[in-house]
Amino acid sequence: MIEILKARAKQGYRTMSYPNGPAPEMPTRFVGKAVLHPGTCSADCQACVDACPTDAITVKDGSPFLDLGRCVFCRKCQYACPSGSISFSRDFQMAEATREGLILHPGDVASAPLPNLDIKKLFGRSLKLRQVSAGGCNACEADTNVLGTIAWDLGRFGIQFVASPRHADGLLVTGPVTANMELALRKTYAAVSYPKLVIAVGACALSGGLFASHDETHKGVTDILPVDLFIPGCPPHPSTILDGLLQLIGRI
Amino acid sequence: MAAGRFLPNEGIVPLSDVPQLAVSELRQCVLADIDDGARLVALFGCPSNATLRLFAVLAHQYLGQLSVASTKVTGSYPALTPECPEAHLFEREIYEQWGVEPTGHPWLKPVRFESRRKWEGARPHAANQSAVCGEIDFFQVEGEEVHEVAVGPVHAGVIEPGHFRFQCHGETVQHLEISLGYQHRGIEDAVVRDSGKRTLHYMETLAGDTTIGHTTAYCRNVEALTGTDLSARAEAIRGIALELERMANHIGDLGALAGDIGFLPTLSYCGRIRGDLLNLTALLCGNRFGRSLIHPGGVNYDVDEEIAEIMRERLQSIWRDAKSAVDLLWRSSSVLARFEGVGALDSDTAQAIGLVGVAARACGLPRDVRQSFPYGIYKKAHIPMAIGQNGDVMARALVRWQEIEHSTAFVLDQLDSLPSGSPSVRIGKFPQESHLAVSLVEGWRGEICHVALTRQADHYQGYKVIDPSFHNWFGLALALRNQQISDFPLCNKSFNLSYCGHDL
Repeated sequence: MIEILKARAKQGYRTMSYPNGPAPEMPTRFVGKAVLHPGTCSADCQACVDACPTDAITVKDGSPFLDLGRCVFCRKCQYACPSGSISFSRDFQMAEATREGLILHPGDVASAPLPNLDIKKLFGRSLKLRQVSAGGCNACEADTNVLGTIAWDLGRFGIQFVASPRHADGLLVTGPVTANMELALRKTYAAVSYPKLVIAVGACALSGGLFASHDETHKGVTDILPVDLFIPGCPPHPSTILDGLLQLIGRI
Repeated sequence: MAAGRFLPNEGIVPLSDVPQLAVSELRQCVLADIDDGARLVALFGCPSNATLRLFAVLAHQYLGQLSVASTKVTGSYPALTPECPEAHLFEREIYEQWGVEPTGHPWLKPVRFESRRKWEGARPHAANQSAVCGEIDFFQVEGEEVHEVAVGPVHAGVIEPGHFRFQCHGETVQHLEISLGYQHRGIEDAVVRDSGKRTLHYMETLAGDTTIGHTTAYCRNVEALTGTDLSARAEAIRGIALELERMANHIGDLGALAGDIGFLPTLSYCGRIRGDLLNLTALLCGNRFGRSLIHPGGVNYDVDEEIAEIMRERLQSIWRDAKSAVDLLWRSSSVLARFEGVGALDSDTAQAIGLVGVAARACGLPRDVRQSFPYGIYKKAHIPMAIGQNGDVMARALVRWQEIEHSTAFVLDQLDSLPSGSPSVRIGKFPQESHLAVSLVEGWRGEICHVALTRQADHYQGYKVIDPSFHNWFGLALALRNQQISDFPLCNKSFNLSYCGHDL
């Protein structure tokens, strides 16, 4: 027992102060939200479109448009672009309430906040989620799971992952939704009582990601269920997921 | 293998030079080699017009060599499984993917409920095969007080899906059958279909927690095929990344094991420490799982002196925290009582079913690619092999802890003596002729095997991935026999296998 107490003293207090204090610092090489520079593309250049593994980019009128819902943040577009039209910031705040909101337009600066007063009223103080991995590679799952550790301590916001959909207010879904998981996902959703939420996490869940063209998978959660919150990334950094959840329940 | 073609780890051989034997000869040579202590690392089919060419890759540990042989089959062939249990899942897979039946296989159930692949010799699924994932004729135990427990695919925790069917007598598990496939995304097929800009990303997501392991295995195949020599610096950085991946997952597992027996201090500390280790990988490449770090020809990000210094400092502090957190386990009699003797596998069983990685080493089997088939940095810097003896939860926990210790020392050592050179070189040209390339990497769960069959240049006619989980899930099923059903989470976590790595 004395050893346990000694270890406790040694390990110290590790929960971050965010959102009351500063946000955790992103690694210097972190690839966050893309920044698009309008009107800088050279004529007929499709270098970024050709380089993108998930068809996340389109070029219109000399400007690139990037779909954060498809982006796997590999920076291949940035490396391929001869005119510096695409760069990536260290901004981790990327969650959106609509699928359309994930499409970045050239010149976009800050993301709009997520306005949903109903959700704040219903779940602002207590949100229980059941996680469903439907073809996720365990990266999104792992960085969702990490929010439960003492460093992030999701419980302090009243958010908790529960074992049964019957105890949940909503689902947090990862993966492109494989054909083999479709039925289980539908049943799990049906087992959650109304009113209920669906949160899609990661490029696969948002758009099918790398697997969008596969017969074995769907093109993300929206093929199956209505989605209330979209959190981009491959996988999203825990800060991105936390930011999305806190915006959803109106805590920030 | 008398009739097989020998090649080293990350060796290549022209497809025309892969011995093509009669089915009976292939069976004989596989069985004889396994009798001699070789291990089946891969057995898979690749269509050649209307016949299926079966390839067997064996690992001859004491020679430090691999061998490969093949045969051509149509309709059916006599199964290896009755005499060679470690072939059982490979043969089920061959049947599911190609419809070629290994006759005499005792357990020809679906592996992942994938639809049959399209090829000239294809025939439709047999009528008794369900298209609904998880719907199979589960083995049942009958008798008074016998009951059945079904768990999954959606089961407690933030975890991937799988179905577990227990046959219990009271609290005692008499039999566990594991039915997977829910995570099947069709990656192997996609690599063949559109060799191109997505391939490397597919490798990064085969099992997201093993991004470094799988991308390394893929890149080594490409580098072997193109005759590309990496710089010593790139090899060292890849080694650092692989060991960081191992440490992060192992420390997370030790914490989760503590959680499964309700020992909260270690659970809390290790969860955080795991994050600190993932952040070291993010320091390296911006992503906590090592996405975009490795590519054919080297690594995308260099470790400069500043990063090396930060990493060294943080790793030393992580090591101190980890030691204080994990030592609590070994000093607590209540923990030892719950770890020791639970979920034990004996080494004969482990050997027979072809267990790999942490689970095999915990049974006393010295299986570690880094030692037996060293590649890259491991040719120069040796990591001691951690060996357990009882094959129980305790042994698997101890092996993990020793490996954290060894990996920490290795990374610190590498950071102190990073060779100079460019972190990335341009890769050479793929050979025009069809080739076979095999690469083995010791991921944190165990042996990762990638076999590439090129058609011409960089187009693949077959790409086979064997995640260590493919070998080990059956080990978990056997470890549960005669255990309390309430010990399932503990046993499951002590193996901590990948669902998507199995289902691909």
